[in-house]
Amino acid sequence: MKVLIDHISKVYIDRRGESTEALQDIHFAIEENEFVVVVGPSGCGKSTLLNIIAGLLSSTSGQVIFEGPQTDSKPHTAVVFQDFALFPWRTVLKNIVYGLEERGVKWQEQLEIAKRYIALVGLQGFENKYPHQLSGGMKQRVSIARALANDPLLLLMDEPFSALDAQTRTLMQYELSRIWEETHKSLLYITHNIQEAVFLGDRVVVLSRRPGRILDIIKIDLPRPRGEHLTLEKRYLEYVDAIWGHIKNQAREAMEETG
Amino acid sequence: MRREVDQSMNEKAIVQDKTYFLQMKEHPWLSVASFIAILLLWEWVSRMAWVPPLFLPAPSSILSEGWTMVKTGIIFKHIFSSLTRILWGFVIACSFGIMVGILIGFFSIPEAVGNPIIAATFPIPKIAILPLLILWLGIGEMSKVAVIALGVFFPMVINVYTGVKNVDPLLIKAALSLGSNRTRIIRKVILPSILPMIFAGMKLGIGIALLLVVAAEMVAADAGIGFMILTAADLMQTKKLMVGLIILSLLGIFFNWLFQKLERIFIPWKQ
Repeated sequence: MKVLIDHISKVYIDRRGESTEALQDIHFAIEENEFVVVVGPSGCGKSTLLNIIAGLLSSTSGQVIFEGPQTDSKPHTAVVFQDFALFPWRTVLKNIVYGLEERGVKWQEQLEIAKRYIALVGLQGFENKYPHQLSGGMKQRVSIARALANDPLLLLMDEPFSALDAQTRTLMQYELSRIWEETHKSLLYITHNIQEAVFLGDRVVVLSRRPGRILDIIKIDLPRPRGEHLTLEKRYLEYVDAIWGHIKNQAREAMEETG
Repeated sequence: MRREVDQSMNEKAIVQDKTYFLQMKEHPWLSVASFIAILLLWEWVSRMAWVPPLFLPAPSSILSEGWTMVKTGIIFKHIFSSLTRILWGFVIACSFGIMVGILIGFFSIPEAVGNPIIAATFPIPKIAILPLLILWLGIGEMSKVAVIALGVFFPMVINVYTGVKNVDPLLIKAALSLGSNRTRIIRKVILPSILPMIFAGMKLGIGIALLLVVAAEMVAADAGIGFMILTAADLMQTKKLMVGLIILSLLGIFFNWLFQKLERIFIPWKQ
């Protein structure tokens, strides 16, 4: 299943009728089993793009197309949000089975699926804890397991590690890399962190500041499995430097922009 | 800063905690002791007959009056009448309040219709509506239950409405992305989200219910705590009147305790 992001544009119109262009003609495809990272400076419309792909926001023009045989058994997308978005009244286990519940999967099967993903993300022993009893890193593991358990055609991640402290964040990047290498799920990952983009992605889509346009699409030709050692390698650093070259001026302008 | 000069004549300053006075100490024994002290003082003042017992009977005599009323069972008749009215009014108000609150909070047309009606009727003191309710529903139980229901309905509907408006939109998005439709969003996201607000509404409501049941029973009733207090006053039975007040205080404390317990059972994720 290939996902085509077909010439998406988005213009926001506020109450006074003033319009802000958030995205301009975004066009790329996510191949089956591909890990695509969208990276850009703050306010480049990255999250807008993700919400449009998730069906949580309408585009002004263009469309998102899932090409290939259609099935009812799998949802098109599942989202891992930056702020976890866990249901506080549900335990870890009940959070993970939420999507399965909504699709009418039998309880026994829900349990089996949940068990598998709880093991995959390393949440054993936390099944009956409530979200408020967990650390940020553990919460995001729950959120990842919840999305994966739903077995979407495309997994969407919206700056999933931004709310975590720097050390947890690094560890979670390793974790995600491992999880992805086990599942090979088609994945679109949004971030403003260039190192993260290069470390995780098969391809990196570089967006400009508002209105977000594609500046470049860079294929990251680094071997997998990727681990800690990678961040010291010359080719990794060259990729990081190349993307920083694209974004540097954009980011500076964004920073100096008033209001 | 505390400046001082030590023996070697070097000046120095030691940093002090500026927030020390904010750290409230707890005095559990003082709460109990002062409560008992006031009761003893009251007892003493009454026994010395400095105040006529008609105005201020001694706590011990109020207690023995209460005990007599328990033994004859008359007290339970009044409590039962009042509690029945409260229960009916409360249950009706809570069910309608929750339903209407969700409706006007979640759907735009009910919001447009309901908001001005609520805004216009909310400020009316509910006891002022009692004569109208008696006119409509007669002098029996219905009008009393109705006035309690009206009084409890408003804090509930406003709390639920505010709760629905403040549901984390991210949770709704998450549920949508996991395949929920609109009705399931209400049941699985909105309802659990607003449970704390529902409990807050119930706690507010029960206070109002106690107030209104007493007021309604003073207007027209042949049983109930309000009726008991009013007739006791008419007959100058101050002790009996005081027993009524103590019952109201105990009922208020009981309901508060009950809702706190229920909240802990129904909202286990909130600490």
